[in-house]
Amino acid sequence: MTKNILVVGEHADSEMTATTAELIGQSTRLAEGGAVSVALLGCCATDVAPQAFEAGAGKVFVNDDDGYTEYNSDQWVTAIESILEGIDVILIAQSTVGRDLAPRLAARQGTAAAMDCVDVRSDSGEIRVTRPCYGGNALADYSFATSPVIATVRAKAFEALAPQSGASGETADLPALSDSRTTIEGREVAEAEGLAITDAPIVVSGGRGLGGPEGFGDVENLAAAFGSNRAAVGASRAACDLGWYPVSQQVGLTGKVVTPDLYVAIAISGASQHMAGCSGSKMIIAINRDPEANIFQNAKYGIVGDYKAVLPALIEAVKAQS
Amino acid sequence: MHFVVCAKQIPDPETPPSAFKIDEATNTVVPAQGFQPVLSQYDGIAAEAALQIKEAQGDDAKITVLSVGAESAQAAIKQVLAMGADEGVLLQDDAFEDGDSHTTAKVLAAAISNLGDVDAVFCGRQAADWDVGQVGLLVAEALGWPVAILAKDVEISDGSMKTTRVLADGFETVSQGLPAVVTVSNEFGEPRYPKLQQIMQAAKKTVTTMTHEDLGLDPSEVGSSGARLKLEKLYIPQSDSQVEIIEGETPEEQATNLVAKLVADKVL
Ligand SMILES: Cc1cc2nc3c(=O)[nH]c(=O)nc-3n(C[C@H](O)[C@H](O)[C@H](O)COP(=O)(O)OP(=O)(O)OC[C@H]3O[C@@H](n4cnc5c(N)ncnc54)[C@H](O)[C@@H]3O)c2cc1C
Ligand SMILES: Nc1ncnc2c1ncn2[C@@H]1O[C@H](COP(=O)(O)O)[C@@H](O)[C@H]1O
Repeated sequence: MTKNILVVGEHADSEMTATTAELIGQSTRLAEGGAVSVALLGCCATDVAPQAFEAGAGKVFVNDDDGYTEYNSDQWVTAIESILEGIDVILIAQSTVGRDLAPRLAARQGTAAAMDCVDVRSDSGEIRVTRPCYGGNALADYSFATSPVIATVRAKAFEALAPQSGASGETADLPALSDSRTTIEGREVAEAEGLAITDAPIVVSGGRGLGGPEGFGDVENLAAAFGSNRAAVGASRAACDLGWYPVSQQVGLTGKVVTPDLYVAIAISGASQHMAGCSGSKMIIAINRDPEANIFQNAKYGIVGDYKAVLPALIEAVKAQS
Repeated sequence: MHFVVCAKQIPDPETPPSAFKIDEATNTVVPAQGFQPVLSQYDGIAAEAALQIKEAQGDDAKITVLSVGAESAQAAIKQVLAMGADEGVLLQDDAFEDGDSHTTAKVLAAAISNLGDVDAVFCGRQAADWDVGQVGLLVAEALGWPVAILAKDVEISDGSMKTTRVLADGFETVSQGLPAVVTVSNEFGEPRYPKLQQIMQAAKKTVTTMTHEDLGLDPSEVGSSGARLKLEKLYIPQSDSQVEIIEGETPEEQATNLVAKLVADKVL
C-alpha cells in the first residue's frame, strides 16, 4: 500500500540534522511508491532544501522566516497542519520539537502520536511501531486505530540513504507565521565545551560510585587519554542530581541518548533508566567494584574493582597505546 | 487561584530489572513482590511546583489533585494531599480502563472543565511507567489552553505563567496567558516529604470519586473503546551480551589486558 509521508525536518547552522536524514531514509522504505516530503522551517530553510533532496525527499516545503527559527509551538503546529492533506504518516525526531509538536498535531488531526519510537515499519501495509517503556525494562509494539499515523523517532533508529548528490525535486511554501499564545522571552544556550556527547565516538561516564565531584577529574582524564576530539564525558542522573556534573551531560531516559562506538561506565550501577540512554552503544565497558552490578549484564568487558585504583592504570594504558 | 495537579499511580520504577516481569497473555506488567505502587516521580515534582506557587501567593490558592486510575490510586492522591494539596478527585470507572494518552487526557480535561474555575494545570513531564509524555499536551489541546513542557521553573502572577523550559542545549523562558498547562521536569528539584502529621491528616480526607456519567462522557469515547493507539505486544528485550570480566593481578595488569582487547576489537 503506497503511503504519503511527511518528515518534519530540523536544521541548525545550515546543516540538516542527521536524524532528519535518517527519517527521510526510512520514509523512502515505508512509502512503497508514495511521496516523501520534508518540511523545513526557519532561517535558511531554502538553502538546506538540497540536503533533503539528496537524502531522498521528493518534495520540500520551506519557509525561511526567521520567526520560525526558534521553535514556537503554536506557529509550527499551524504551519505543519496546513500541509497534511493526503499525508498518511508523519515522522518527527524525538527532540525538543518532536516532544511538543507530535502530540499537539495528533490532537488537531483526531489521531494518535507514538512517542520515542525505535522502530516504525510496515506490516502488510499497516504501520507498526516499537517503543521502549517502563524505564527501558520493556518494549511495546503498537498499531494505530486512526490516521494519519504520527511517530516521534529516536536518533540513529534508522540508516540514512547514501546521499544522492545533485538530486532535486519540487519545492513549495509553508504559510506565513501565525500568531502564538506563547512569547519566548529568552534563551540560554549552555556553552558546550568540546565534543557533544551525542556526537562523540567514545563516551566515558561517571556515576554516584565516584563518591564526589572530584571523581569526575579522573573520568575527564580518561576521556582526554582517548583524545579530546574523540571522547566526551557523560554522567548518571544520580551524579547530576547531586550536582557533581552538569545536567547537559546526563545520559539516560531523562537525559541524552548516546550511541557511541565505545561507552565506558564508571561506578554506574546500570539501572534500566540509565541503560535507556546508552544501550545502543556498539560496545559497553564497565568498571564497578560490585561484581553483581546490573551494568555487567549489558557490558562486553568489565573490570571488577575500585575506580580509584583502576582508572589511573587505565589512563596510563590508553596513553601508552595511542 | 485554583490549580490542578494530575497525578498517576504506577508500578515502582526502581524495581530492579531482575524482578521486572510481563504477563505476555495480557500484555501487562506483573506486580513485583515487595514493591508497592508509587506516585509517578514527576507528578510529585509537579505537585511541588504548584505548592511553591501557592505559598508564594500567601496560600491564597486552592490545589485539586486529579487521578485517573483504580481504587488503589487513592494512595497517590493522598500523598499529594499530604504534601499540602487541598482536594482530591479519583476518576475511576471500568469504562476508563485500557485507554491511551488521548482517552486519559479526555477524562482529565472533562474533570478540569467540571471544576470550572481552574487557572493552571500541573502535569509531570512523563508518567514513569509508559514514559510517553503526551497527556499534559493533550489536556491543553482538549481545553484549548496554551501549554509549556519540560519546565524547570514556573512562576504565576498577574494572569500569566512564566516557564523556564529545558532544551537539548540549554534553557528557554516563555510566558503564556492563563489558564494554561505546564509539564514539570526533574530539573525543577526534589518534591518535599510530608510530615507524619500531614500524612495522618491526609489519610482522613475524603477523596471524591467520579465516573463517566458524572463527567458527561460517553463510554465509547474513553478507555479501550476510545483509544487510538492499540498495544499489540509488551515484552522484555533480549540481551545477548555476555560480559567478559578482565582478570589481572594488579589494576595495571587489568588495564593493559583491557586495552589489548580494545585494540584487538579495533575500537582503539
Ligand atoms: C523516572 C526515572 C527516570 C530516570 N532517568 C534517569 C536517567 O536519565 N539517567 C540515569 O542515569 N538515571 C535515571 N534514573 C535513575 C536510575 O534509576 C538510577 O537511580 C541511577 O541511574 C543510579 O545512578 P548511579 O548508577 O550513578 O548510582 P548507583 O545506583 O548508586 O550506583 C553506583 C555504583 O557505583 C559502584 N561503586 C561505588 N563505589 C565504587 C568505587 N569506588 N569503584 C567502583 N565502583 C563503585 C556501586 O557498586 C554501584 O554499582 C531515573 C529514574 C527514574 C525513576
Ligand atoms: N492516569 C492518570 N491520572 C492522572 N494524571 C495522569 C495520568 N496519566 C498521565 N497523567 C499526567 O500526565 C503526565 C504525562 O503522562 P504520560 O503522557 O502518560 O507520560 C503525568 O506525569 C501526569 O501528570
